[in-house]
Amino acid sequence: MKISQVKVCVLRIEGTNCEEEMFLSFKRLGAKPEKVHLKQLTGTDVTPEEKRSLSDYHILALPGGFSAGDYVRAGAIFAARMKSRLSEDLVDFVKSGKPVLGICNGFQILVELGLLPAMSGVMSDVPEAVLGTNDSARFECRPTLLKKVNRGSCVFTTKIPVDKISMIPSAHAEGKLMFSMENQTKILKELEDNDQIVFKYVDPEGSIAGYPWCPNGATDNIAGICNREGTVFGMMPHPERVFFRYSHPDWTRNPDGPGDGRAFFESALEYASKKL
Amino acid sequence: MVVAEVRVELKKGVADPEGKNTLKALELLGFEGIKNVKSVKVFEIEMDGSSKDVGKKVDDMCRKLIANPVIHDYSVTLK
Repeated sequence: MKISQVKVCVLRIEGTNCEEEMFLSFKRLGAKPEKVHLKQLTGTDVTPEEKRSLSDYHILALPGGFSAGDYVRAGAIFAARMKSRLSEDLVDFVKSGKPVLGICNGFQILVELGLLPAMSGVMSDVPEAVLGTNDSARFECRPTLLKKVNRGSCVFTTKIPVDKISMIPSAHAEGKLMFSMENQTKILKELEDNDQIVFKYVDPEGSIAGYPWCPNGATDNIAGICNREGTVFGMMPHPERVFFRYSHPDWTRNPDGPGDGRAFFESALEYASKKL
Repeated sequence: MVVAEVRVELKKGVADPEGKNTLKALELLGFEGIKNVKSVKVFEIEMDGSSKDVGKKVDDMCRKLIANPVIHDYSVTLK
């Protein structure tokens, strides 16, 4: 398949607010993204022309924002709505190897849905992780440095070399990735063994560091994880906000090359065009 | 009608930045002797049906949406 034939579903509900940048990131690389409201997939309150089917798309992208006002927990309502009507479609989508991306609120939704970390199977019944309130109890909006630790499983980061430090901005109040306290050591080991840890927050030297380098206090400084197949990927920071170099805070000193976020979308589109 | 009061709190040992920040702000306002502040979320769910039936359904609601078992403990009181 050519990249120009790759159809991307950028899914939104009320409160989603990063769909435009997500849409443009795929469009600028020549793919065919579409902003789709959840109701278009469930078929409620829409005309027959507006109705869409998840299976018509090759990539599903859940953008950031404050879906449903972050009520109950960030991402919980969006996840519940998807789970109630689209469970089977979602499982089929993931099983067929199609990539799913969740950024910021999208990551929170994937975790609440049970699509991440998906320790056993495709989608867990109850969440196996949580993105809790930042240690600072504040909304943290800052450039963050991420070191790629994934050894190659994640289809969204194949174009980023291992150990490379990327500047991807964070903007969230609930980004502290946590696992159940009783099983944390076991889960972390499994994630490591399965190559599911993709990014860690680091300082400019590439060392694991505390606040403010890690904006939220996440377990082991983890910023992003994927499922065992590497096709479902979620992270708190926003690659779509640094598609161009001039979005970087140091762009006048380092003006050359693309923005650090571009490689995520290039990787996903390369995977989709070659494998799907 | 039965009213189910659902109390969702963080499990023991899970950090509670909201509680800690509230404690700090209260101390800054001059309140003394505060031992701890804990944030808790309460939902009231009104439903028709027998207490037993409602209790069971609300428990399912907690598992499916209201609480995240990774960090939350919840309790249901029927009124």
